[in-house]
Amino acid sequence: MSGAGRGPGRHPAGPSGATWRGARRAPTPAEAARTAQKVRRVELAISLVLRVGVVTSVLVIAVGLGLMFAHHGSYLALRGPLSYRALTSTSTSFPHSFSALGHALAHDEGRGVVVLGVLILILTPVLRVAVGVVSFAYEKDAPMALVTLFVLAVLVGSFFLAGA
Amino acid sequence: MTPLDFVVSLALISVAAGVLGSLVGLGGGVVIVPTLTLLYHVDIRLAIGASIVSVIATSSGAAAAYVRDRMANLRAGMFLEVATTTGALTGAYLTTLLPARFLFVFFGLILAYSSVATFRRRHADAPLTASDDRLANYFDLHGSYHDLAEGREIPYKVVGTKLGLSIMYVAGLVSALLGIGSGALKVPAMDSAMHLPMKVSSATSNFMIGVTAAASAGVYFVRGQIDPIIAAPVAAGVLLGATVGARILGRAASKTIRILFVVVLVVISLEMLQKGVLA
Repeated sequence: MSGAGRGPGRHPAGPSGATWRGARRAPTPAEAARTAQKVRRVELAISLVLRVGVVTSVLVIAVGLGLMFAHHGSYLALRGPLSYRALTSTSTSFPHSFSALGHALAHDEGRGVVVLGVLILILTPVLRVAVGVVSFAYEKDAPMALVTLFVLAVLVGSFFLAGA
Repeated sequence: MTPLDFVVSLALISVAAGVLGSLVGLGGGVVIVPTLTLLYHVDIRLAIGASIVSVIATSSGAAAAYVRDRMANLRAGMFLEVATTTGALTGAYLTTLLPARFLFVFFGLILAYSSVATFRRRHADAPLTASDDRLANYFDLHGSYHDLAEGREIPYKVVGTKLGLSIMYVAGLVSALLGIGSGALKVPAMDSAMHLPMKVSSATSNFMIGVTAAASAGVYFVRGQIDPIIAAPVAAGVLLGATVGARILGRAASKTIRILFVVVLVVISLEMLQKGVLA
């Protein structure tokens, strides 16, 4: 959208000095169409981020699961003495810090790869919010960009407070 | 049961959890937590870690489609996330202050009330055509979606943004405190308080729950609650199920989704009350 095509609708003020934001006046059809177009671009960007994040994480998790079974032949048995309980008790060891994860990945451990995939999945919504900030800023929608930036700050803050 | 049986059977159950979660906007945790604890006798702490993974998987898997098809209200969702993430962050620090038993009874009652409120709107959920809500007008939270079941575009207006924000804050708080039920308050907040159409409420809740869950996922990861052999089949199964569910929602009748949501909400509220009273 060119700068010249931008009407008086969304941001400050038409000739009368009034805005329709919060002023309870319905936007004109042209203004509504412009808004819809902007929203559409943000929607497509966010949908793409989500899809890429989901597909990447599921592929990494599948590879990790494959490695787990490849390295531990006994896991594959349909009958046998090995119970899943050994892998799902609270004393089971698996990486739950970034250094342990790095160590597991360096040693080609399947469970490390699975955890990496799960972390990609966990970070997908965070990335989606970040893309929202950039998209809204790019579309010059300042109120929504600020709101989304606040959400991103809280999310990033929560990861630091967790001490990961 | 060997690890292979465990992974395969849990993945299949997770597919069902993903379908249900993406339809009602609750995430897969509703199915995953009882399945892991009751059927597989997994420790509750690991079950809650898996539940967080399933919520993020449902959310991201379904929302990719809901946002593309304009079923979810992106602006309203991102706006309300201000309240859910703040609630989730505060909740993480309140955990030690309030006894879990009290919380389960309290939220069990709130959810019982929400299910009644949602059920009562079954005949009166025509979308609004005007709104004098200043916040909704300022941020332009109104929208429209294409209803495949009715074969037409349905425009709607949003009201009650302040009440919606307050309930969303509580929703974030609950999900951080109890590890479950974040979508259970989000859908009524949008449906009953803000008058978004039922299917839009469900789709937008799906879009939002991933961010609420991500806000506490870091803590669960560091505490060692995300066990890879549980998380792998849950994530993969739920993602597949959520993709299927997202295709169904557009075609289903609003009333069907509403009734399905009420049923699931009643089950969750009874579960919470039972935990609070018998614990």
